[in-house]
Order: sequence, then structure tokens, then C-alpha cells
Amino acid sequence: MTKQVVPLDRVIIRFAGDSGDGMQLTGDRFTSETATFGNDLSTLPNFPAEIRAPAGTLAGVSSFQLHFASRDIMTPGDAPNVLVAMNPAALKANIADVPRGGSIIVNTDEFTKRALQKVGYESNPIEDGSLDSFHVHPIALTSMTVEALKEFDVSKKDAERSKNMFALGLLCWLYNRPTDGTVEFLNQKFGKKPDILAANLAAFKAGHAFGETTEDFAVSYEVKPAPMDAGTYRNITGNTALSYGLIAAGELSGLPVYLGAYPITPASDILHELSKHKQFGVVTFQAEDEIAGIGAALGASFGGALAITTTSGPGIALKSETIGLAVSMELPLVVIDIQRGGPSTGLPTKTEQSDLLQAMFGRNGEAPVPVVAPRSPVDCFDAAIEACRIATKYRTPVFLLSDGYLANGSEPWALPNVEDLPDLHVDFSTEPNHTLADGTEVFWPFKRDPETLARPWAVPGTAGLEHRLGGIEKADGSGNISYDPANHDFMVRIRQAKVDGIANDIEPLEVDDPTGDADVLVLGWGSTYGPIGAGCRRVRESGLKVAQAHFRHVNPFPANTEEVLKRYKKVLIPEMNLGQLVMLVRSKYLVDAISYNQVRGLPFKAEELAGVIEDVIKSV
Amino acid sequence: MSETSQFPSLALVPSADGPQSAKEFKSDQEVRWCPGCGDYAILAAVQGFMPELGLKRENIVWVSGIGCSSRFPYYMNTFGLHTIHGRAPAIATGLSTSRADLSVWVVTGDGDALSIGGNHLIHAMRRNVNLKILLFNNRIYGLTKGQYSPTSEQGKVTKSTPMGSLDYPFNPVSLALGAEATFVARTMDSDRQHLTSVLRAAAEHDGTALVEIYQNCPIFNDGAFDALKDGDEKEQHIIRLEHGQPITFGRERENGVIRAADGSIQVAAVAEVGLDNVLVHDAHAADPGLAFALSRLSNPDNLDQTPMGIFRSIERPTYDTLLRDQVAKSKASGKADLAALIAGNDTWTIN
Ligand SMILES: Cc1ncc(C[n+]2csc(CCOP(=O)(O)OP(=O)(O)O)c2C)c(N)n1
Ligand code: SF4
Ligand SMILES: [Mg+2]
Repeated sequence: MTKQVVPLDRVIIRFAGDSGDGMQLTGDRFTSETATFGNDLSTLPNFPAEIRAPAGTLAGVSSFQLHFASRDIMTPGDAPNVLVAMNPAALKANIADVPRGGSIIVNTDEFTKRALQKVGYESNPIEDGSLDSFHVHPIALTSMTVEALKEFDVSKKDAERSKNMFALGLLCWLYNRPTDGTVEFLNQKFGKKPDILAANLAAFKAGHAFGETTEDFAVSYEVKPAPMDAGTYRNITGNTALSYGLIAAGELSGLPVYLGAYPITPASDILHELSKHKQFGVVTFQAEDEIAGIGAALGASFGGALAITTTSGPGIALKSETIGLAVSMELPLVVIDIQRGGPSTGLPTKTEQSDLLQAMFGRNGEAPVPVVAPRSPVDCFDAAIEACRIATKYRTPVFLLSDGYLANGSEPWALPNVEDLPDLHVDFSTEPNHTLADGTEVFWPFKRDPETLARPWAVPGTAGLEHRLGGIEKADGSGNISYDPANHDFMVRIRQAKVDGIANDIEPLEVDDPTGDADVLVLGWGSTYGPIGAGCRRVRESGLKVAQAHFRHVNPFPANTEEVLKRYKKVLIPEMNLGQLVMLVRSKYLVDAISYNQVRGLPFKAEELAGVIEDVIKSV
Repeated sequence: MSETSQFPSLALVPSADGPQSAKEFKSDQEVRWCPGCGDYAILAAVQGFMPELGLKRENIVWVSGIGCSSRFPYYMNTFGLHTIHGRAPAIATGLSTSRADLSVWVVTGDGDALSIGGNHLIHAMRRNVNLKILLFNNRIYGLTKGQYSPTSEQGKVTKSTPMGSLDYPFNPVSLALGAEATFVARTMDSDRQHLTSVLRAAAEHDGTALVEIYQNCPIFNDGAFDALKDGDEKEQHIIRLEHGQPITFGRERENGVIRAADGSIQVAAVAEVGLDNVLVHDAHAADPGLAFALSRLSNPDNLDQTPMGIFRSIERPTYDTLLRDQVAKSKASGKADLAALIAGNDTWTIN
């Protein structure tokens, strides 16, 4: 008997379980199948900072949310339609997000008296009627997995461990996902452990078969592929895209990539990824601390490498003095900050946009640094290339501000044609660039290109161009130590002018204003692009008008920014901080922008933003 | 490509086209240390030694931190970086590991290297990065006008310690040996010949060479090393270390270093113990035990029994070489195909 297949436009699934339950892997696999199937999608992993928080506790709950649809989508979704809860803690930690009428698949095996008590349930929610307004599917996931594997030569513990594959199989059936990819993935992952491989495959298939036969699920669902532009696609996380962007920039510039880094969540994956690709000549140096990481990168930059340092907010605090040195020496350097909740250790695995002002101003002296911010996981690729372009062209450190949400979230990526990527070719100086009064030809390391104001980049090994760089103020042109007041005033201003001038070398701020006559502009930067876009879409669907613009370059702002801002009666700036971009915009353009903030460690929800936008529209 | 250097450790650095002079290594910048500062003597010795290296000037880089001593790179007519306080070893590590064709030298002070930059110093030595680190030890903070430093003797009265400093000092040689350094030596600003011989050995060494240079600061710590300089007295204080030679010292070489019954090393009269029982210095010993014991002989308060020379010089693959080998191996085995990298192995196509 085949069951009825019900079509849906979009679905939001959240897998939740103990840190050790393999929820991230389950989510990744479901995502991969969904991507291959052709849906548009967006993901939100959410895991504790502790590697193995005590089992069964609220603190140890790890979840993975996936939004997939038959049209293009911009966020991982506000509220899950389906929650898979592998234990009472997972149920308790996530139930508040599930709307009434949503489906909940619970692993009843884990709902023991002790486990319930551990998280403060006085009675079993599956039985006490408290979940009556949801569609609850109580399934003995663990014992059914163990039963399915009893013929196999695996320990009970290993069998129980495969329960996530049973759950994955069931969900794949429920949403008519292809399964080949998972079978192949398991073959690759466990190829060397045939018993474990067989067990996982069997658990996966058993979950799938269970869906087909159980009466608990009367129907299955289908979400048709989304119309997407022709092309070859893959699914990718922000940190992987960013890493590839750096490797690409190395190839495009012809410079060897040199990464100096010290591990820190959520930036470490870039170090891991880059260290796998030495065939591109990439060097990864795991330093003794963040200061050494950026120091080594700066040293390599002097030597002519494409220098990168990666970290998160606490690491930036340590790197500040060296960033100032790079500003003073005017050497190319890309400083990547994968922002997380702060201050101090804050929320290491959660997202926030609260390092913008640190990036802008967190140094002694007047030390301007360009800031580039990707807007989506896929955009991390292009933003990384752009940061490298500015750094090498203008001989300056550049901030690339990503965040935990972009880093770990994923979405489909229409693969770019390598030939279409920008040319980042760099010319090193090879000969003297200045003639002294007596006719001697000399090399002046601080004689600037009149157009870009960039100084020449002369690397050691170039005869006749020997010079010394330092953090002490340099005389304009010759670069010799200078304590002259007028010279210092000039140098401070010219370093600022160089950075300001980049405004003419970046795309203008684009505005999405479909009717062309909206009163309200919603302005953002970085990872809020998706949620703001989804919020605007809802507002427009309800018949109201709103415009959206999003900064990729936060320093300098694009040249047309003022003109754009002045076109609108109200400007709303939602940020995952207490109002940092709004401070910059208000002070620079004297615009009475409205700030909307949230610092919960999670991205904005589209519905929430839609409400805020509507309120502003109504107040005009 | 030009000839390779006579120094095997610099084999990848291109040689100069012809003989060089010390003058060529003097930059056009005015030297601004105080009159009588020991840094002048060190600068002159280094500039005098550089031609011996026989390297192209443009392939030599001097990197320093902050301090009086760290002004050094400005006076060398090579490439140079005057960086920030304590970070020179880290910055030089990036340069050295990314450019095999450079000879990278670090100049640092006792405050720069051992206070703020202690972490970078020990890790550079542990990794055995191909850096020659010259630690100018004047046992004082010169540039900030005379506070005590991590090598100042306990009880040092300075502006920041009017009642005497409380800290026990570091012995830089002991520290370097503990940090796995493969080459550790001590020399002095005023003994140009010894200084030059140590520089030569450091340059020859493949890997990190830590050279402690006792340097007089006539302004804030004058005479700190007089015990080792006084014509009459010095032989009573200095233990000259020479590889393969019995460790003796004194005006008549009447004292020797022996291994005592309890395993420790001690100073004894050669006449009493016999020359056969005096320890023979072995700088190449794999075990750093004796080198460390020798470094502990000196008295930090009066510099009695201060060994000078090369404590340790052993062979161990450098971080630079190991790193380059990994990159070369990856380049040989994996194709650097950007399009293939970006695509990965899980794509789908929409027509
Ligand atoms: C981050 C930072 N902290 C403090 C200083 C001030 N400072 C400059 S040099 C120095 C100590 C220098 O002592 P040492 O390294 O022994 O060098 P010397 O001047 O004795 O050669 C200090 C504390 C600085 N420049 N930077
Ligand atoms: S203060 Fe001391 S170390 Fe510094 S330059 Fe003067 S004499 Fe030399
Ligand atoms: Mg000093």
C-alpha cells in the first residue's frame, strides 16, 4: 500500500538531542539530500560551548534547524514545523519554539523517570496531555534501532548510537528525500569499519522502512525543487566558503597564502580547512597566541605573501597593537573576525555582530582600517576575495567581519566560473622610484601612488630597494623616522584619506525598493541580510511598501550612501548588538536612524522584523 | 642564480656578487644611542662581520621589537622591520618560514625578549625557526629610562623600585636551554673578537640561535658587567667555554669544573682534582643537562663564575624546512585545481 503524498511549499525541521546524539551530522545529511533534491535551503546549527556537557541536561542540548522550500528563501526559518526530540532535555529546550499544531517526533525510550526528573518534568509530557495541541509521534527510536541491528556484530552501545541514522531514515521517508547520498556518505565515513558501516546503513534503512509501514504517519510530504538559475550547485557553510575565497585570492593574486592563527570558536574551521590545501602553496602557522598569529602573518606580508589572520572577538582584542603596526607600516593584511557573543568569553558558539566598533576603533591613535562584511554563507567567498583585493591594492590591513551564524550556516551555492573571478594581480616594486636633488636614484617606501595613495610594496630580495619599516612615524616619501609635527599631521590625514578613497573603488549601495516610493528604508550589514530580506518580503506581501539596503563595505561606506539615506523618511537599522552601525550612520550622515536590537545569540526572526518594520511604516 | 653561501644554514640565500665591506652595511641614518652605549660596539662588530657571510645585502633582514637595542635595524643597510614591543620573534617567524631565500636576524632587549615577549621567544626556540636572535642584555629597561628588568639582580634600586626589586631574575641561557633551543651562546659587547666568533657560529647554525650579549648601559646601569671586563679581575670571573676543551678558568687556568659525587657540577682547584677530572665541554651533546648545569654556575649578583661562549649547538631539522617539505609534498601529490576545490564532490546541476 503506498501512502498519500501531500505537497508543501516549505518546511522547517529541527533535530534536537544530546551533544553526543549526532544531531549535527543528522542535520548535515538531511541538508545534503535536500540540496541535491533541488530545494532552496538555509540552515542553523546551534550547539553548546561544552564539548560533552553532562548527558541529558538542558545545557547539553544540541540542535540543527533546516528550512527548505520550493522557492527561494533567505533564513533558516523562525519556528520549526517539525521538532525531532531525542530526549526530554531536547523537548524541553525547544518546545517553546514550536507553534501550536506543529509536529513533534519524540524518542520515547529516553523518556525515563530519571531523565524527566533531570530536566524538571514532574510528569511525562508525552502522556500528561501537555502536548495536546501538537501532533506528537511517540516512537521508541532507540529500542527499534537496537532491534534492527540485533543480527549485526556490534555492541549494544554502538547499536544505540545509530539511532540518529534511524531518525534520519524516517525523516527522509517523511519528506521524500533521496537517500543515495547518505548511503555513499556512510560508505566513505565507515569504509574501514565494516561492522559500524553495516549497522549505520541498516539503522538508516530501518528508519525509512518504519515510516513506510507505521500507521502513525498516514501521509508523507513533498517539497518540490525550487526554481533556480541554471548552473552547477553545491551546499556550503560560510567558513568553508570563506576559506575557498582566500585560496582563490591567492591564485588570483599570484601570491602564496600565509595564515597565522590561534584556535578559537567559531573561527577554527578556517584554520582546519586551509591547512588541508597546501597543494596551493598555502602555509598555515598555528601560533602560540593571537599576537603571534597576526605577527607571523605581518612578517610574511613584508616578504610578499597574501597574509591572513583568523580569529574571533577576544583574539581581535589581542591583535589590536599589531593591526596598528600594519596600519603604520602600510602592509597588506586580512584580519578575519568570526564574531560571537561577547564581552569576554561571552557565548562562544552563538552569533552576534558586536565587534563592529572594535574593528573600527579598537586601536591607539588614528588607525583607520577598511571593513568588509559578508551577508550570507555563500557571500563569504566573494567577501574574502574583496577583502584581499583591498588589502593588496591599498597596502592596508582589512577587516573581514563574519559571524557564528554565517560561519556554520549553509545554503546552496551556484558555483562561480573560475575565469570570471576578479584579477588581483599585484606588482612589487623592482626599481628606485625617486630622484634626489643631486640626481641620485633612490627608493622611497612612502612615495604614494597619486590615485590610490597606496605606497609601493618592495619585498626583501630586491636589490637596491633595501629599506626599513617601523611603527615610529615616518617622513612622507622617504619613510625615515620623523618627529616633525607637520609631517605627523600630514601622515595621519593621508592614511585616513587613503582608506576614505576606497569608497570610489567599491560598488555603490544598492537599494531594493520594488515600487520605488517606499517611505521606510531598512538598512543592515553582515549576516542580518537574510532575516531583514525575509522580514521585508512579509511586509510587502501584506501590501505595505518598504525598501532594503545592505552594506557590504562598512568602512568606508559606499560613495552614494548619503544620497540613498536622504531619499527615505525613516531609516531602520536592525542589528545583533546594541546599535553599532546606527552610531556610525547617525554621526556621519546626521540621519535620525532608528535602531532595533537583539543580542540573544541567534539570528533575527523574519516575523519579528516584519512586525518592527510595519510599526515604523505606520509611524511615518 | 648566484653561488650559495659558505654557511650551509644559508644555502638557500643567494650570495653576493663580490667581496663586501663593513661600510656597505651602514645605513644613511644617524645612530642615536647615548654616548658610550654598548650598542655601538655591537653594531660595529655586526657590520664588520656581515661581509663574511657573503650574502646579497637585499636578502638579509633585521627584525626588532621596541627598546634602545631595537633601533638596530635602522642602522643596517639591509631590509629591516622595527616592530612592536616583544613581538619580533613572531614577526620574524612569518618572514623566515615564508621566504627560504632570506637570512633573518632578530635584535631584542632583556625587557623586550623576556618580559613582554617571553612567550614568542620560547616558542620560536622550541620550533627551531631559522632565526638568529641577538638578545642585548643590559639588565635594565633603557628606553623607558631605567626601570629594573627581568634580568636585573634582586634588590635592584631603580625609579620603580626605590626599596629594591623583589623579583628573582631570569638567566636567559637557562631559559633558552629549557625552551629546547638548539643553539645557545653568551658573549659581550666589549669583546669584539669573541662576539664575532659567536656571531659566526650562530650564522652557521641551522635553526634558532639565541645569543645573549652582555651590553653596558652607561646611563641607567653603568658598569653592570665590569666584573667581566676589568683587565685584572675578569679571568677570575669568566669561564670560557670551548667545545672539546677542558673547562678551566682563572689567571693561570688554575680552576676547573668537575662533576661532584652527588652528580652536580662544581668548581675545584685543578691542582687538587687533576686535569683529567675536569669536565670537557661538549656543545654538541644531545642531552642539554651539562649545558644547563653550566648556565647555573654564575652568580647573578656579582657575576662570579660566568660562562661565556657556546653552551649548546646541536642539529635538529628546522621548522622552516619541515614546513616547506609539507608544502612541497602536497604540491607534488595533489593538483592545485581551484575549480575542483570549489566544487567539492557533492554537486548537482540545474538546466
Ligand atoms: C606595548 C608596550 N608597552 C610598553 C612599552 C614601553 N617600553 C618601550 S621599551 C621598554 C623596555 C625596553 O627594555 P629592553 O627590552 O631591555 O630594551 P633596552 O631599551 O634596554 O635596550 C618598554 C617597557 C611599549 N613601547 N610598548
Ligand atoms: S639608555 Fe642605555 S641602552 Fe639606551 S641608548 Fe642610552 S646607554 Fe644605550
Ligand atoms: Mg634592556
